[in-house]
Amino acid sequence: MKHVTFSAESLKKEFNRRVIFDAISFSLHEGESFVIAGRNGSGKSTLVKILCGLLSPTRGSVRVNVEGKEVAPDLLFRYIGLISPHFNMYEEFSGIENLTLFGKIRGLENNIVHDAEELLRQFNIFERRNDEVRTYSSGMKQRLKFAAALLHRPEILVMDEPTSNLDEEGIATVRFVMEQQRQRGILIIATNEKDDLKYADSILNLDEQRPAKSSS
Amino acid sequence: MKDFSAPAIHIFFKDSHSELRTRYAMNALLMFVVTALALVLFSVGNEVVGTDVLSGILWVIIFFSGMSGLSRTFVSEEERGTVVTLQLLSRPTSVLLGKLLFNFVLILSLNVLIAVLYLLMVSRFVILTPSIFWVTIFLGSCSLASSSTIIAAIIAKANTKGTLYPVLSFPIMLPLLLTVMNATRLSTEGAAFSEAFGEFQILVSYTVVVITVSILLFSFVWKD
Repeated sequence: MKHVTFSAESLKKEFNRRVIFDAISFSLHEGESFVIAGRNGSGKSTLVKILCGLLSPTRGSVRVNVEGKEVAPDLLFRYIGLISPHFNMYEEFSGIENLTLFGKIRGLENNIVHDAEELLRQFNIFERRNDEVRTYSSGMKQRLKFAAALLHRPEILVMDEPTSNLDEEGIATVRFVMEQQRQRGILIIATNEKDDLKYADSILNLDEQRPAKSSS
Repeated sequence: MKDFSAPAIHIFFKDSHSELRTRYAMNALLMFVVTALALVLFSVGNEVVGTDVLSGILWVIIFFSGMSGLSRTFVSEEERGTVVTLQLLSRPTSVLLGKLLFNFVLILSLNVLIAVLYLLMVSRFVILTPSIFWVTIFLGSCSLASSSTIIAAIIAKANTKGTLYPVLSFPIMLPLLLTVMNATRLSTEGAAFSEAFGEFQILVSYTVVVITVSILLFSFVWKD
């Protein structure tokens, strides 16, 4: 397991002078998990985007250290795997084509096809690997997102509503992935599922973070 | 350099495969070219039109054909919700270079097709210095691809993509269009190759400046 530190310092986000959240700080090390809880519209997905470097905070910063070296913001994608409703597959390509394409763009040097097939087996969509993603059900697309997020074996796995659209078998696989990630790196989950809270070493409830009034 | 170029090449292949399967931009561009050429032929008819006007018409067809398809490279990522996917796979510069390469190949193929059809169908349009004409087509394609790619990235975030694209493109591409029209006119007048050097220098400089500015600005455009 690599030595990884993930820290958020004084994060604040405003949209059109409406404060979504303010003064969010936390620090995580390898082997730790963190749950972001809150009602719909509380800013969970916005916070997830900021943590993954996809959105700039109004104030504050996100820092990632791997083996004692700070990761540059534009290289954060190499260490993060994201499962999110905003993360879509190319529907005109098959499941295996999507994964091999992602591996090539990421510059993975190991056997991409072999790794992709293993992940498709793990998430039980191997039989449909050559079918176009547009023919997949929403649950199968969610499973494919998991495979895509894990292909580069990320040190930090971020999950936004990970169990949405999944059946019981799919949820069980996701729980297994969560356990695995806690063994090898950092796990961050944004959810309003109470069952996911048991995977948390620490919890941030955005409902409690919501400022009472807008900033001037 | 390999850190940027290898992902850019895979993004180019991804866009090419996607285009060959969906044929969204290709069909729109081909339909526009056929319609525009037919309209020009009908409107010119048996009128005696000078080669300078015919050079201008050629580049008007090329400009508006490009406008109808080149924005797809970024707009389609927005519409399919795959922007976050690309953001998570690679650096912004690699995405820009991959899209730029795709737009260049698309517009160059289209421009060669338009030029050949135009030469075949418009009998009064005769090229006396082919070297100037084809170098102009090549350099013009480079310049068009460079400016249209960054403009496409900007307008992809807007609600009124269709109208905004040609409106934003026209002032940025005006110096380029004037230069290529002038170079094409020189090729129809039988000028020596060296006489067009000034135009070629402008086109190369335009492309270098636009690509440099695009690389510097793109990460701000690409991030929400």
